Amino acid sequence: MSASASAAPRIAGRGAGVSNLRKRGDRFGDRAMYGICLLAALLAIGTIFLVGYEIVHGAIPAIEKFGLGFVTSTNWQPNFGEFGAGVLLFGTAVTSGFALLLGGPIAIAIGLFLTLLAPKSVAAVIGPLVELLAAIPSVILGLWGLVVLAPFLQEHVEPFLHDKLGFIPIFGAPQTTGLSVFTASLILTIMVIPIIASITCDLFRSVPPELQDGAAALGATRWEVVRGIVLPTTSSGVIAACILGLGRALGEAIAVSQVIGAGSTIDWNLFAPGSTLAAQIALQFPGALTELHQAALFYCGVILLVIGLVANLIAGWIGRRFSYSGAVNW
Amino acid sequence: MSEPLIPDSTTPLTPSGNLRRRQVVSRITEGAATGAAVVALAALVLVLWTLVSRGAGVISLDFLLKGYPEGVGPMVLGTVAISIYATAMAMPIGVLVALYISEYSGAKGARTLKLALDLLNGLPSIILGLFAFIFIVKAQEKQSGFAGAVALAIIELPLIARGSQEVLQLVPKHLREASEALGVARWRTVLTVILPSAIGGIVTSTVLAVARAAGETAPLILTTSAFDPKSFSINPFEAMPNVPTWIYKVSEEGSVEGINEAWGMSLVLVFIILVTALGARALLARSKRKLSSS
Repeated sequence: MSASASAAPRIAGRGAGVSNLRKRGDRFGDRAMYGICLLAALLAIGTIFLVGYEIVHGAIPAIEKFGLGFVTSTNWQPNFGEFGAGVLLFGTAVTSGFALLLGGPIAIAIGLFLTLLAPKSVAAVIGPLVELLAAIPSVILGLWGLVVLAPFLQEHVEPFLHDKLGFIPIFGAPQTTGLSVFTASLILTIMVIPIIASITCDLFRSVPPELQDGAAALGATRWEVVRGIVLPTTSSGVIAACILGLGRALGEAIAVSQVIGAGSTIDWNLFAPGSTLAAQIALQFPGALTELHQAALFYCGVILLVIGLVANLIAGWIGRRFSYSGAVNW
Repeated sequence: MSEPLIPDSTTPLTPSGNLRRRQVVSRITEGAATGAAVVALAALVLVLWTLVSRGAGVISLDFLLKGYPEGVGPMVLGTVAISIYATAMAMPIGVLVALYISEYSGAKGARTLKLALDLLNGLPSIILGLFAFIFIVKAQEKQSGFAGAVALAIIELPLIARGSQEVLQLVPKHLREASEALGVARWRTVLTVILPSAIGGIVTSTVLAVARAAGETAPLILTTSAFDPKSFSINPFEAMPNVPTWIYKVSEEGSVEGINEAWGMSLVLVFIILVTALGARALLARSKRKLSSS
């Protein structure tokens, strides 16, 4: 932060030799600079409100027709003008939850590996590579999921899980295409890992080495240092990182729409097709014919927007409120 | 059987009982952590390997430069153009926001703005597609590259602003103070001292943001997907061809030729994104180091 944090810019003291014109020019320049910067800042904040307003505005016909019942209704029939987001909410919760349950621990383990286990030279290579995973565009990950991952899962993994664990209802009979909630969840897992891993890495790096060395000197094994020192001091930040990852998974539209198979029923079988809020928008919006259909998809957008904003706010709040001082820095 | 009171000093010390258990647990968790890193790397390698093995055969100069159906030139050109339009909108605003945070806003204002930028960054890209659709496409009653560029600009804005702001914060205080001591007005200090010393970091942050936005598909599907794949167009006021929506489209159609094309385009896109992202990251680290050491 600069020395003068006051709202109005002040003009530095001038020598006697400076002409009046220059002085006036500088005064104008300072005002203009401040004004332009303020304008840009207001524009950035205004954008959020504008986006929120426009999405809600687009959803108004559906909000008026279906009200809050939209959220629980499982009836989505564009041809009959009937819309409900129950199936989509279910699909969103299952895919994102799955991705977080599988990807969260893996990502945290990667963070531990990079900060505590790997030699510096190895970490310097693997760290950026893991982050590269986040740089692959979702449409390409989706293409890979569609052409490579889905057939592989359908032929090998799904029958195996069904045989061994079929007594649990979520491992039901595999379907013909491999396009399923399961495939979508795995793709989301791949997307969530680099996000959580890079944040947790920063967190673990911020844990004071004196504490860790102290524990090690008392005879703690590496795992006991992690359990007793590293994780407790960073737990709030780790939770915040997971929420951010969850927010990313909830809002992913393209990759999910490519591999989830556009199902329209609630099915506990992970190997059946399904749909999510975001994927439904990507799948149906370009072909939406009626105003109401569009509005219903906007209504899905409103739900997504609310969930996304709340997740981000909670993550930020946890990060600030409970963090080990200086641990969270995004 | 009781152990002898004085242990045999010739045998090596090996942990037993509880200590042994604790060490085994620690080993296992170490192995699991290493395994997790291997899993993530394996996913990356698998995806990249598929891209290279299936896409490399498709790529040729004709494929990149000619119009459809011999090549995908219009899509490549369109993606470059849309990225440029988006960056032309996002970069000035992003840098100004960063300047406002580092120069003018107090601590409280900075916190509010950073929160706003983080929220903007957290918005799902499909939401921004919906926004650009209703705000521009619906108002004009036609799809346009401009609408897509606006959505991408909103994606880039928080990335550029946060990145630039971090670099601006690293500009040494003594430079600023020296300038003020010479009686230089604030705006001149900003333009001639602060911005030039941070410009490297600002540019690389921008490149990173472009690399992120170039592969975004969701906003473009809603704003600029109904295009003619044969015509080279950089006119932002009609639907512009672009790579991501084309990959999406052919993957939905699922024809063998289309999928092959998609692999080729994906390889090109990923190659460009990875090279720029890696390069920019290295440069950013370097310019940050330079700033903090000076």
